[in-house]
Amino acid sequence: MKNIWNFFKGTLVLTARGSTAYYCWVAGLIVLMVIGALTYLVQLNDGLIITNMRDQVSWGFYISNFTFLVGVAAAAVLLVIPAYVYNWKPIKEIALLGELLAVSAIVMCLLFVTVDIGRPDRFWHLIPFVGILNFPQSLLAWDVAVLNTYLVLNLTIAVYYLYNLYYRREPNKKFMTPLLLFSIPAAISIHTVTAFLYNGLGARPFWNASILAPRFLASAFCSGPAFMILVFLMIRRYTRFQIKDEAIQKIAELIAYAMFINLFLLGAEIFKEYYTGTIHLAPMQYLLQGLHGHSALVPWIWTAMLFNFSAFMIFLVPDTRRNNTTLVLGCVLIFIGVYIEKGMGLVIPGFVPDVLHEIYEYVPTGMEMALAIGIWATGLFVFTMLLRVAIPIMNGDFHVADDGVGFHIGDNMFFLRRADRDRLVADSDEEPATKSGKNV
Amino acid sequence: MSNKSQCDKHAFQQSRRKVLKGLAAGVGALALPAPNASASAWEAFFQKNFRELDRDELKQVLARLESEYSKEYGKDVTVKATLPIEGVKYGYGLDLSRCIGCRRCVYACVGENNQSREPQIHWIRVLQLNKEKGVALEYAEHYYNPEEVPVEGHFYMPVQCQQCENPPCTKVCPVQATWQENDGIVVVDYNWCIGCRYCMAACPYGARHFNWTKGKLPKEEMNPETHYLGNRPRPTGVVEKCTFCIQRTREQPGRYPACEEICPVGARKFGNLLDPKGEMRYLIENKRVFILKEDLNTQPKFFYFYAT
Repeated sequence: MKNIWNFFKGTLVLTARGSTAYYCWVAGLIVLMVIGALTYLVQLNDGLIITNMRDQVSWGFYISNFTFLVGVAAAAVLLVIPAYVYNWKPIKEIALLGELLAVSAIVMCLLFVTVDIGRPDRFWHLIPFVGILNFPQSLLAWDVAVLNTYLVLNLTIAVYYLYNLYYRREPNKKFMTPLLLFSIPAAISIHTVTAFLYNGLGARPFWNASILAPRFLASAFCSGPAFMILVFLMIRRYTRFQIKDEAIQKIAELIAYAMFINLFLLGAEIFKEYYTGTIHLAPMQYLLQGLHGHSALVPWIWTAMLFNFSAFMIFLVPDTRRNNTTLVLGCVLIFIGVYIEKGMGLVIPGFVPDVLHEIYEYVPTGMEMALAIGIWATGLFVFTMLLRVAIPIMNGDFHVADDGVGFHIGDNMFFLRRADRDRLVADSDEEPATKSGKNV
Repeated sequence: MSNKSQCDKHAFQQSRRKVLKGLAAGVGALALPAPNASASAWEAFFQKNFRELDRDELKQVLARLESEYSKEYGKDVTVKATLPIEGVKYGYGLDLSRCIGCRRCVYACVGENNQSREPQIHWIRVLQLNKEKGVALEYAEHYYNPEEVPVEGHFYMPVQCQQCENPPCTKVCPVQATWQENDGIVVVDYNWCIGCRYCMAACPYGARHFNWTKGKLPKEEMNPETHYLGNRPRPTGVVEKCTFCIQRTREQPGRYPACEEICPVGARKFGNLLDPKGEMRYLIENKRVFILKEDLNTQPKFFYFYAT
């Protein structure tokens, strides 16, 4: 117990230290979080009327973000599989960072659902035995179950691993490996269940297609890993943590496959709707062409298509994949492309035209966006804090002091300009003691 | 803290203060009643699902609601919880050959069922359809507003909750806040609904409506004869829907739903589907009848027919 407390104290001190860039970043996130929280207070007071959601389009920007982020969370599995199923060392060293991203993404998911519900004060109705969780009938109940399981699972793995590294102990494989292996089906389940949540509604032909769950998974394996590559490149550049090229290249290659499947499934869907041309084509038309003069989503979805396809080409061609500039470009394009396609591009056409064929064109309000940005900032804040602790631990810069009680912090800056980082890395190479954590 | 809305407001103010003191306190706690909120706010917070209340608890809940509403609306409000009548399953018939699209049913429903006047919530949506196209919803005009109805070449189709025998909306509710009663009416427990709106996504008829904000219901227009599962005033952030006027139709002697009663051309029929000699059975057996979106297997108990 005392050890845990000391570890926790150490992490608090650690997260409070950093370079000016780190402080600015964190302060910026906190400002956005406060703005988001204040917006939420307004929403609690006035109701969801402050959004542009109405009876016709009863889910909007919040649930779109939620859906996209479930995909980001599921993506950690793309690192876990090569690392632990195929025992591939370069990715094994960084798979943990993917799990930290999953934790942050799930936190955002839960926040997005919370701000979307009309009566957050009644959240306890969802707790089994205290309230009534309609399991197994409601897919939303399933989603509550799998999302929370996945959160706890990833948090357990990450905290257990880092805690042991901190105390310079070998993590117990008998405990870790089953959990890691279990995280693979768990990741697939969160995305499948979220897809089924839409999929199971006969009232909404746009979602009522069995291709939805595979499409969800394929796009998830693009967006999450693309974000991870960006994070890896940042970490490699601005902190003392080293990440091998081959690891990043392997992930980029996997993204290319996933994007191919994603584009193929999308094509299959578009073919089916357009060739049969039943009245169920209407939502697809609204999305891709506009319907009866309503075309809010059209420029967005074509941007997404263009981005996804360009990124696919970038990741497919080895030369552009290996070039850092095009690699970064590809990752950014994929992240934005999938965000549009799997967010608003998936949720809104389910409601437009609505079940009685009324067209209500939904565009989120400024308040909705402010709240959403606040939640994104919260997720990034959580992710930053997790990385702030994890990276020094994995570097061997943060561990228990020699007296076995206090803590040793070898990295007071965390986030540095490249030149300073190179100098620090060169310095630390001369001191073998600081490298100790790395080979665990 | 003389009434519920003030009490709610107070709760929000209290919690707002708390949060401004320290946002770290956690946003989730915001909507909880304040520590010094009145006992009834806490009772409402901890209230069980309607179907889990025992007889005494139900009595207390109804008494609490009656006193809250009576104070808020300045009149004696009764909140009943009349049970379904044995051997009754309600069905509705709508004669498309008679309906003139006057929307009297829409507003009779609003008056009877205490819907919000601002923003307006309507449980009935009347569609203006083209005679040449037939029942093709994609050509429906939702907001028709001519000098006079019916408009030449058009017919009218009111849509409200179809009281499905196989309701997709109740299945998806994550907390069982909505269900089908033994008399076939699909109801919502407004005190249990968490406002996730999954049921609205699942309903193929657009029959469910959300309280996006605290609805305005003028005191003088408030109908004080209410049912817990029906027309009692709704709180913010929950879903509501047509209940075939449960507060009227379950009484003995029962009354017709407000929409049926008001219809000037007799296009609306209502009755017990289990009564072999009843009007509903007669028209199902003898008229050209159809149900909306039959292919979805929702099995509506709302039958459209052509009498002439």
